[in-house]
Amino acid sequence: MEFTPRIIAFLCNWCSYTGADLAGTSRMEYKSNVRAVRVMCSGRIEPTFVLEAFIKGADGVLICGCHPGDCHYQEGNYRCLRRFLLLQKYIKQMGIETERLKLEWISASEGKQFAELVNSFTETITELGPCKIKETMKVLT
Amino acid sequence: MEGSKPKLKLAVYWAAACGGCCVSVLDVHEKLFDVIAAADLVFWPIALDIKYHDVEEMPDQHIDLTLFNGAVRNSENEHMAKLFRKKSKILVAYGSCSHLGGIPGLANFSTKEEIFRRVYSESESVVNPDDLKPLSEYEVKEGILNLPEFFNDVRSLAQVVEVDYFIPGCPPQTERLLEVFVAIVSGAELPPKGSVIGAETKTQCDECIREKTENKRIKKFYRPWEIIDDGISCFMEQGVICIGPATRAGCGYRCIKGNAPCRGCYGPPAGVTDPGAKMMSSIASIIDEKEPEEISRVLEDVADPAGLFYRFSLPVSLIRRKLV
Repeated sequence: MEFTPRIIAFLCNWCSYTGADLAGTSRMEYKSNVRAVRVMCSGRIEPTFVLEAFIKGADGVLICGCHPGDCHYQEGNYRCLRRFLLLQKYIKQMGIETERLKLEWISASEGKQFAELVNSFTETITELGPCKIKETMKVLT
Repeated sequence: MEGSKPKLKLAVYWAAACGGCCVSVLDVHEKLFDVIAAADLVFWPIALDIKYHDVEEMPDQHIDLTLFNGAVRNSENEHMAKLFRKKSKILVAYGSCSHLGGIPGLANFSTKEEIFRRVYSESESVVNPDDLKPLSEYEVKEGILNLPEFFNDVRSLAQVVEVDYFIPGCPPQTERLLEVFVAIVSGAELPPKGSVIGAETKTQCDECIREKTENKRIKKFYRPWEIIDDGISCFMEQGVICIGPATRAGCGYRCIKGNAPCRGCYGPPAGVTDPGAKMMSSIASIIDEKEPEEISRVLEDVADPAGLFYRFSLPVSLIRRKLV
């Protein structure tokens, strides 16, 4: 059977979720592998959310927030960026390909960019294949 | 003494650990006499010559309280964990290794094969021309010799058997052990099964004596030897990574009092599943940079995030081993 990746996308309420919504209302078509989780701000996304997503079977995790300087809460997206960069270092050490975790800024008007992002990210993950985490965690000892 | 309350039966076991936990029990010093007055030590390899088969011959639930220290690294540890579960009324995971996997748990960054290769072949001081590796079973003419099987994963005690309580620490503070012991002896009402006892619920920062301000803006992280600590202000504000924000209080912040940052041996505070993830969150909040390149430059100082943030807790964290 062909591999269809499962991707979790954490989208901030003020920009990225609205951007994704715009893609929908504009009837743009994009790959259906993404499960969107709306959060109030990208600064709300704790590293635990990302790790939990991988543990529960995500092959890729996409994080989207407002463009730098545009955060509804002033600084949330910068916190997100710093966590993301640290998480990248951590998951690499644990043997998860860094390409599986992606951060992009999507504004409320960027429906088209969101659709393109989802398509290209889905393609990247499809090429990478299923995340090894499920197999590794199945066996203990 | 006739007619008096029967004495408590106490056992202490040492699995995959350094021995510091057993020493922390010995550190009750002269209070040992009070302990012995209230309890019979029925098993304690560091101090008493009682054999495994003596434990095997005990009736089930014979021991009132077992303090099990050390992680489960091999089949011997696993066998003893299961045995003590069967023979004990209360089984306590005592110390970081038993509670979280501890320092031996860092072996989960490697596989069994990699460890054997390093230890028996590649290590600079090893001469092993026949490439001998330990086997769990070997036949000689006198019969079959056995060694415990070395597992691929290091596990915490609770990943092997049901655990009643957890006493954290590397090693646990002896005073807190005595408190727990006194509570059990006096018949006080015990907390719900599965609780972490002998510690607080909040974080180290909550009770830390160092001066803290809102001004946590870091442009560079330092290793403790790279700066002269002022002895007063928060380590994090000085740019030294302290695991206090993601660590349970209760140790009496001894490392901090000794002018060393917290390393996280008491494990995550109540309600936190993954201590390292919390720590990453905390570190990311205080970096005072906004450009990706600048943030990455600051993060270069955090050379080994996985090892630093999960020093004591890798086997019980969300990603409990390096992927294979």
